[in-house]
Amino acid sequence: MGQLQMPQAAAAGAPPVQDASLQVLMVGLGNEIFAIETDMVREIIDPVPVTRVAGARPFLPALVNVRGNVVPLADLRIRFGMPRTQQTADTRIVVIEAEIDGDAVTLGLLADKVYEVTEVSGRQAQQTPRLGNHWRPEFIRFITKWNDEFVIVPDMARILG
Amino acid sequence: MIELDPAETFRQEAADLLDSLETILLDLGQTPQDRDLIDAAFRALHTIKGSGSMFGFDRVAAFTHDFETAFDLIRKGKIDANRDIVTVSLAAKDYIRTLIDDPDSTDPIIGEAIVEELHRLIDGGTEAVPAGGIEPAPEPAAASAGWRIEIAFEPGILRNGTNPLVLLDDLRALGPCEVEADLGKVPELDALDPESCLISWVVTLQSACSRDEIEDVFMFVRDEMKLVVTPLDEAAPISFPPLDMSLPADEPEPGMTAPNAALAPKAATAPERPAIASEKAEPGRRNEDKGSTVRVQAERLDELMDRVGELVIAQARLSQIAHSGTDLAIKAIAEEIERLASGLRDTTMGVRMVPMGSLFGRFRRLVHDLSRDLGKPVDFVTVGEETEMDKTMIERLADPLVHLIRNAIDHGIESADRRSQTAKSATGRIELAARYVGAQVLVTVQDDGAGLDTARIRAKAEENGLIQPGASLSEHEIHQFLFHPGFSTAKTISALSGRGVGMDVVKRTIEAMRGTIDLTTIPGHGSSVTLRLPLTLAIIDGLLIRVGEGRYIIPLSAVEECIELTAADEARAKGRSFLSVRGELVPFLRLRDLFEAEGEADPHQKVIVTSIGDTRIGLVVDQIIGSHQTVIKSLSKLHSDVTMFSGATILGDGSAALILDVAQLVTLGQVRAESDRTPEAA
Repeated sequence: MGQLQMPQAAAAGAPPVQDASLQVLMVGLGNEIFAIETDMVREIIDPVPVTRVAGARPFLPALVNVRGNVVPLADLRIRFGMPRTQQTADTRIVVIEAEIDGDAVTLGLLADKVYEVTEVSGRQAQQTPRLGNHWRPEFIRFITKWNDEFVIVPDMARILG
Repeated sequence: MIELDPAETFRQEAADLLDSLETILLDLGQTPQDRDLIDAAFRALHTIKGSGSMFGFDRVAAFTHDFETAFDLIRKGKIDANRDIVTVSLAAKDYIRTLIDDPDSTDPIIGEAIVEELHRLIDGGTEAVPAGGIEPAPEPAAASAGWRIEIAFEPGILRNGTNPLVLLDDLRALGPCEVEADLGKVPELDALDPESCLISWVVTLQSACSRDEIEDVFMFVRDEMKLVVTPLDEAAPISFPPLDMSLPADEPEPGMTAPNAALAPKAATAPERPAIASEKAEPGRRNEDKGSTVRVQAERLDELMDRVGELVIAQARLSQIAHSGTDLAIKAIAEEIERLASGLRDTTMGVRMVPMGSLFGRFRRLVHDLSRDLGKPVDFVTVGEETEMDKTMIERLADPLVHLIRNAIDHGIESADRRSQTAKSATGRIELAARYVGAQVLVTVQDDGAGLDTARIRAKAEENGLIQPGASLSEHEIHQFLFHPGFSTAKTISALSGRGVGMDVVKRTIEAMRGTIDLTTIPGHGSSVTLRLPLTLAIIDGLLIRVGEGRYIIPLSAVEECIELTAADEARAKGRSFLSVRGELVPFLRLRDLFEAEGEADPHQKVIVTSIGDTRIGLVVDQIIGSHQTVIKSLSKLHSDVTMFSGATILGDGSAALILDVAQLVTLGQVRAESDRTPEAA
C-alpha cells in the first residue's frame, strides 16, 4: 500500500498552500463539513436501494446501481470513526470519480447533507490541527474555512487506498 | 473527436503484416518451393519497408530493406528457402517488431548479425553470389538503352487508394524517365468522375535496370492494370509529340496496346494480360475474399456491450411493469422491445466473437521454436480454427495454451531416439483443436507422446506429503496433483518447464473464465488436456436466490441440483456441515452465516448443490427465486479484496445483486470440511 501512495505522500509533505482557489462541493458528514473537489464529482443522486457486500472493508459496505453501472458505496463516516446516523430527507449519494493507482474509479459517497458548490482558497489553508484526536491526519489534505466554519478537504486517494 | 495517429496506424498495420509474415514463413518451412508464399512474404516486407519510411520509422525501413534484398534472391529462385533460412527470417521478423514497438531496447548490431547470417545462408546456397553481392544481376536482354513502359490502370484504382503518381515516381527512381500521359479517355468536365483514373501513360526509362525491377514497382497493382514493358530497341520508333493539354485528345498514343481494353471492366482485360505479366496467385490477399472488415477498438466494443447490457436491464424492468398492468398497448410495445433487445444483444455478442484461428496461429511459431530448441521434430496440427469465441476469452486463453503446448512438447513428446524404439514415427504430433459443445467450446491439446507417468506423480505426491503412502487413489485422482501449486515431476528444470509453476496457474485461469480443465492419458500413446469454456464472459445464465434480505446469482453452469434441507439432515449434520446426497457425502456452507444475514431464516432451507470439476459443495439458501439472464458487471477495484463474489448484475427492479464465485466457495467449503474432519480423526 505504502509505495502505491508515493505521489500523494510527496504532495502532502509539501506545505499544503495552493495559490489557486479550489472549486469544491460542501458535503455534511456527521458534524463535520467536507469539501470535495468538483473535478471529481460526477453527479448527486437521491438514495437508492443498496446491496450489501459481505466480506468487504467496513467503509465500503455496499453496491448501488448508478445509471446501469454497479458502483461501490463508501461511507466516509466509518473511515473517520464517526458514528453512523439514520438516513434523513437530506441524505444524498455523491457520485465521484477518483484516481486510484492510476485507474479512474467511480464510487458513491454517502452524504448526510449536500450544501453548495463554492470556492475555497488554499491561502486560508491550515495545517491539520487539533480536531484529529481520532482522525488520521493522512486522510486530510488540508483544513480551510468556509462561513466561519472549519471544513476538511479530504485526500480521497488515501482514504480509498 | 478521434485523432488518428499515423504512426499508430502504421504500427497496427505492421503488426498485422508481421503476423501474416510469420504464418507465411512457417508455411514456407514446410513447402520451401512454394512460389506464392515467397512472393507473399516479399510483398509483406516490401509494404513494411514502404510505409515504414513513409511514417518515419527509418531504422525499420533500413533493416527491412536489407532483409528484403536478401529475400529477393530467394524470390528470384536463385536459392531455395530451407529451414535455416526460415529460422533466420523469423528472427528478422522479430527484430522488425522490436524496432517498431521499442526501438531503444535493441541494438543495430543484432540486425546486422541477422542480415549477415541470412547472407551467409544464401551464399552457401548459391555459391555464386559474393558476400556483398545482393544486387541482382542485370538481365542480359536489358539493353542499356532502357525500356518503354506502357501503363494503363483500371478506372477504379484511385478508390483503392493507389496513387499512380507515386508509382511513376518509383519508376523515376530507376533512372531518367520521360513520361507521357494519354488523356484520350478523359471526358468533358461535366461528365468527369474525379475518382476514376482514365489517364494512361507511356514512360521511356533510360536505365540498365532489369525487367523485374520495373515489374516490382507495380507489384501491388498488377491485377488492376495493363503493363507492357518492351526494351527500347524493340519498341516502335519513339516519338514524343509535345503534350497536348487540350481536352479531349483524340488519338491514343501509337504503340499503346488496346487502351480501350485496359479501361474496360476487369473481366474483359483478364484473358488478354500483357505478355510478360507473370501469373500471380495472391495468398496474402486471401483474406479479402471473406468480405470487407472494419477495425474497431476493443474498448468501443466493450462500451457497446455495456450499453446493450443496460438496455437489456431497462427492458426487463419495462416488461415487469407492463405485465403488472392491464394496458395492452404497453404490453405489446414491451414485447416488441424485448424482441429487439434480445436481437441486439445477440448481434453485439456476435461482433465480439473472433475465430480461434487468430490464436492458434501464434502457437505455430512456438512449436517451431520449441521443436528446434529441444531437437524434437513435431507436427503441429490445428483443427477447428473457425470456432468463434468472445475476444476477451481468446486473449485470456493464450497463456494457458502456451503452457499446455510447452508441456506437451517438453514432457509429452519423447525424444526422437526413444520414439524410434517404439512403433511411433520419429516426428511427434501435437493437435490443438476447438469445437462447440452446446453453449460451450471445447479446446483440446493432444500429444502422441509417452503419456503421464502415474507412478511418478504418485511418488512425488507422497514425497511432498500430499497423500499418505499407500493411500488408495484412482488414476484420475492422482493426476489431479499436477494442478497442485508447486508440483513438478520434471527431473531437471529446463528453461521451459519443471519449475512447478504452471499447471495450477492454468487451472486457476481457466476456472476464472468459468471453465473447467480435464486431463486424460493413455500410457504409451499420449495425453490430452481438455478445456471446457463458455462462449462469452459478458452474459451468463444464473440462478437467482435469496439469503436473508439479499438476492444473489449463482452461475447456472455450476449448479447440479437443488434439494431441500430437511430437519433430518439438520439433525444428522449436528453442527458438522455434511449432507448426504444419494449416499455421497457433500460438504455444505450456510450462506446466511457466511453473509452475516440478519433476520429469521426461512423455515424450509434449500440446498443448491454446485460443483467445480469433481468437487461438489452444497450452498444453503433461504429461497430459490428462479433463473435469470445475467449481464455480468465486474466488481470495482475498491472491492478487489472481496473473494466470495466474482461480479455483480442489475436485477429487474434496478437493484444490484452479487454473483457468487463458486470456485472460491468450493475451496472455502473444502477448508471447512477438512477442519471438521480433523477433530474426528484425532
